[in-house]
Amino acid sequence: MFRYIVRRLLQMVLTFFGATFIVYALMFANVDDPLQALAGDRPITDSQRAVLEARYHLDDGFFTQYWHYVSGLLTGDFGQSLTGRPISEMLAQAWPVTVRLALFAIVIAAVIAVGAGVLSGIRRGGAFDTATLVLTLLVLAMPIVVLAPLAQLVFGIQLGWFPPTATRDANLYELLLPALVLGTLVVATELRVTRTSVAENLRADYVRTARAKGLAPKRVIGVHVLRNSLIPVITLIGVDIGALMSGAVVTEGVFNIPGVGFNLLRGIRTEDGPLVVGFVSVLVIVFLVINLIVDLLYAALDPRIRYE
Amino acid sequence: MSDYNAVSTVEAPGKSRTLAGDAWLDLRSRKVFWIAAVLVVVILVMAFWPSLFTSVDPRDCLLARKHAGASGGALFGYDFQGCDVYAKTVYGARDSIVVSVSATLVAGLIGLVVGLLAGYFGGWLDALLSRFVDVMLAIPFLLGAIVLAKRLSADPQSNGIVAVIVTLGVLGWTTAARVMRSAVIEAKNQDYVTAARMLGASPARLMLRHILPNAFGPFIVVLTVLLGINIAGEATLSYLGVGLKGDAISWGLAIAEAGPYARTAAGPLVWPSVFLAATVLAFIMLGDAVRDAFDPKLR
Repeated sequence: MFRYIVRRLLQMVLTFFGATFIVYALMFANVDDPLQALAGDRPITDSQRAVLEARYHLDDGFFTQYWHYVSGLLTGDFGQSLTGRPISEMLAQAWPVTVRLALFAIVIAAVIAVGAGVLSGIRRGGAFDTATLVLTLLVLAMPIVVLAPLAQLVFGIQLGWFPPTATRDANLYELLLPALVLGTLVVATELRVTRTSVAENLRADYVRTARAKGLAPKRVIGVHVLRNSLIPVITLIGVDIGALMSGAVVTEGVFNIPGVGFNLLRGIRTEDGPLVVGFVSVLVIVFLVINLIVDLLYAALDPRIRYE
Repeated sequence: MSDYNAVSTVEAPGKSRTLAGDAWLDLRSRKVFWIAAVLVVVILVMAFWPSLFTSVDPRDCLLARKHAGASGGALFGYDFQGCDVYAKTVYGARDSIVVSVSATLVAGLIGLVVGLLAGYFGGWLDALLSRFVDVMLAIPFLLGAIVLAKRLSADPQSNGIVAVIVTLGVLGWTTAARVMRSAVIEAKNQDYVTAARMLGASPARLMLRHILPNAFGPFIVVLTVLLGINIAGEATLSYLGVGLKGDAISWGLAIAEAGPYARTAAGPLVWPSVFLAATVLAFIMLGDAVRDAFDPKLR
């Protein structure tokens, strides 16, 4: 296990530099003149330009600039938005909301996926199975840009079951509909994976042994099959976090939830480059760390992974 | 996969069947495939000849008609700028298809080259390319796309079509490359490749004539799925304001514009959504059916 952790950490270091470098290069490659963009239409004198260039390290080479950006990221200095607010401060305010929304979505998706997945895995080809398969297909076909506004329109505005938008502190009731919408991003895949692995495990020898021992069917499925079927579902969650982050941008925008995605969207709309890059960098780092944790968890659960 | 084909050829002696031929025979008997195919054909016709579906110019807007309901001329009513929602939705198919098909081709080309080189040559080249793919996968798709699309679409004159194609293409090739790589590795150890190599075939000839045709099945499947993903991706980017813009007509743009007015007029929001979801659904179903046909093991 120790060797696996070390190898995985080394990989993570490489991926960190690679991913941040790509994000940085995508954003800042051949920008015409950032200082002129900062000043707008006003002319910049040579002395002003010299001071600003020194302050923002613009007179350095591309790699030195990248180094300044990475060391900023590592020390928690994510820069300032164009409005002058430090990005770390905006993040500190927005994070809790997004984490709550994402966790809520993960829980809802997991409960539905595992529940329905086990049921349809047990009776493959039955009416329930067919219905869930058709339903997951429909859900897969609905991008969040379709689902979020429609859900808001139908359940928030026309039926009035849920609040159509969230307030500043975004309580759980206000987050329920957005979390449902966000959860649909991942529920279909999770459900299908659960279904397949339940169906596979039901044929395994240990299940036959458990049945032969005379265990109640409830215990065979609830303990023996479920525990082994959930391993692939857990790895999916690591991948899912990335999808959830992307989905949160649109969902938070539609439902007016003051989280990370909402701020990012506002950054895009107001052409706030530093804000967008700062937020995206932090999200990429969070995604990397979560994937690391999930991989380690997976290795702890399934010894085969460690000896690959 | 090759084992299955070997078996089926033995069962039907006298008539040799290719992988594509087998797949077609399998596809023909599937209901899902036909539903998807009909949907895709309708969407393609709509994309190439929108005037077959409507005689109204989607850019003929009149503020006086703002949010007017459905009438004889306008099936779905008018949006907040007084444009015909039906005409706009029909014309929206074109850019959507153009963008997603081109982006898929770009991604497919990059994935093909990277996967083929990494799989065939192996060694340090494979290690380097595979690490690069890992790094690309560490960036959540939409986040990377937002940054890149924002950078590319800075020019206020353009309608953003090229920017979105490049964005989706440059960020979407990783799965295709991975699948291509493993398919190539599987194919290059086959006996017929060794035989061709012993006959003195050059690496280029081996790759293009012998390995590629046999590694193509899974690759095509990935590209079909990618088409659906790219359609959704284009709509999402346009919705966020970093995709198509200006005089481009896009379902994503229409949804974004109609959102704030959903309380007064739901039609302009609902219809582009329905068309978008139906298109994505068609490509997902097509991808599912094609995958099952090309890879019997997955059934």
